[in-house]
Amino acid sequence: METTDTMQTNDTMDAIEIMPKTIVTANHLTKCFGENCAIDDLSFNLQGGRITGLLGPNGSGKTTLLKLCNGLLKPDSGEILINGIAPGIESKKFISYLPERTYLNKWMKINDLLDFFTDFYTDFDKVKALEMLKALGLDKKTRLKTLSKGNREKVQLVLVMSRNAGLYLLDEPIGGVDPAARDYILKTILSNYQDNAAILLSTHLIQDVEHIFDDCIFLANGKINLQGSVDDIREEHGKSLDTLFREVFRC
Amino acid sequence: MPWEFNPNIPIYLQLMDKIKLGMIAGIYPPGSKMPSVRDLANDAGVNPNTMQKALSELERDNLLFSQRTSGRYVTEDKIMVENLRQDLAEKQMQRFFSAMEELGIPREQIPVLINKALQKQSLQKTAKEMN
Repeated sequence: METTDTMQTNDTMDAIEIMPKTIVTANHLTKCFGENCAIDDLSFNLQGGRITGLLGPNGSGKTTLLKLCNGLLKPDSGEILINGIAPGIESKKFISYLPERTYLNKWMKINDLLDFFTDFYTDFDKVKALEMLKALGLDKKTRLKTLSKGNREKVQLVLVMSRNAGLYLLDEPIGGVDPAARDYILKTILSNYQDNAAILLSTHLIQDVEHIFDDCIFLANGKINLQGSVDDIREEHGKSLDTLFREVFRC
Repeated sequence: MPWEFNPNIPIYLQLMDKIKLGMIAGIYPPGSKMPSVRDLANDAGVNPNTMQKALSELERDNLLFSQRTSGRYVTEDKIMVENLRQDLAEKQMQRFFSAMEELGIPREQIPVLINKALQKQSLQKTAKEMN
């Protein structure tokens, strides 16, 4: 791999290679719902400073995996470690999670939500959130109830990305938003995450997102089908992730 | 505005080409300081790690060099930049030749076609200037 230096400084010939920190470790992770194993004996690592795309057809276990990472689900066997410890109260400080469905109270105004997040998370950056809301043209006095589905998703994403977290788990972050906002959101994700933070992002809209990934995991029936650096995959197969996905998961 | 990418080709290779073009076009003149990885990545709309890889590769090709404390610079060697221009021009020619081959145009016909096209273009140019 190339030297991953600290963005601002430069790697010279004699620069010390900084070992990236392992943020997520899964060992033989398994989670079954009755007969159906959503996650089946999965092992992988995620390094800090890298964006990983979690890709797979419907029902391949993407959401289950994200829920296992943040402790909303408990593994049946095997283990998942965040920063070396099992998900729990401690890991909530460290993980910023965007669920597939919003949990925010619809009667609340955006402003209330900002206060809510400020109370809940010490790493919440309200200034950053206000800046993003403004760029997306969202008025903080609006009630969530009166917003469209796409705009609600934007609000949720703004809240999640305004935390200075160590691990971002984003479940379909751009599914419901328009292409223009999509570009802005991807840009925000790229410019907002800390150099040592990890992002795990699940999506179906591979074409729109694949240029921001470092690595990707193809998930099929709870197992890893393909994993690696995105540029290596492009080099090896001579095709885009999107094309590869369509081939691997052809119906 | 994010740069345009061909999704079938590794992005770092495309970033390298884009930066090479910038060096030839004088956007990054010889000896000048390169913008930071973050800024470049932001402009391109890519992951900083990918930009980092592209810059490291350009460094390995001696087109860029790092100064320990002050950042990354474009090579001062103007001949290298000129060679880069020739290289890229050659690549374009190769592409053109294979396109002509696909069209079934014999090699000896190509110079004739080029001269014709050049003449047409200069005529159009003078016509435009007259207006």
